[in-house]
Amino acid sequence: MVPILKLQGILLSSIQSDLTDDEALDFQSQLLETLRKTEAKGVIIDITGMDVVDSFMARVINETAKMAQIIGARVFLCGMQPMVALTLVEMGRELIGVHTALNLDKAYEKMQVLIQGDENGSKDSN
Amino acid sequence: MDQKIPIKDQKDVLLARKAAKEIMQENGFGSAAQTRMATAISELTRNVVKYANEGFCILEKATTSRDIIIRVIVEDNGPGICDIDQAMEDGFTTGNGLGAGLPGARRLVNDFEISSAPGHTKIVMEIRRSLE
Repeated sequence: MVPILKLQGILLSSIQSDLTDDEALDFQSQLLETLRKTEAKGVIIDITGMDVVDSFMARVINETAKMAQIIGARVFLCGMQPMVALTLVEMGRELIGVHTALNLDKAYEKMQVLIQGDENGSKDSN
Repeated sequence: MDQKIPIKDQKDVLLARKAAKEIMQENGFGSAAQTRMATAISELTRNVVKYANEGFCILEKATTSRDIIIRVIVEDNGPGICDIDQAMEDGFTTGNGLGAGLPGARRLVNDFEISSAPGHTKIVMEIRRSLE
């Protein structure tokens, strides 16, 4: 089970170990359900603890981000290990298509900027 | 030294990955090689669980005068792959995946050989490291 915390309107989740496929899918539904319940504006998924991101895990991450976006939240992926990034690029294709940040700090900063932009944007259009 | 890991469920995928990382680390391979091999194993053993229900993953070490080789053999008695050329193409899938598994795995290793017939699929992958 991957803990999901809420901090000032943003959901923070940190995957601390490699997940099986089913665990990854459970995490996906748990995250979307928490998003719905808490009405968070953004989600940050930290994958510092993941040694391996293969094509399935990459797909789950992408789909989770897309689903969250459809619900109306911004998503950042952060903390990808350099070797994981290298492997994903070598495997080819656009395996990761989400906003990314180097670490949790940077993801939080970028998220704040995005959310501020969203709020200003919606004020302007009113 | 050689290990034979039965692949029956998703937990075994993680076990095989971990065992490969360990054997590579013990033999002086860096973290890039460890991650490449673990990722390639993840793709292949997932296919075993998904399409064949069970199989196994063998980890072997071989040494030549110039190289240390880690060889991984993933084998199952599942339905087999009808058209290997097609299966090795990016984006081709009979399941609901991305079709990035097999071609992706091939790009991560130094050597990749696949043979498949109904009832038997065998993939042999190698990552080498120069002894100098």
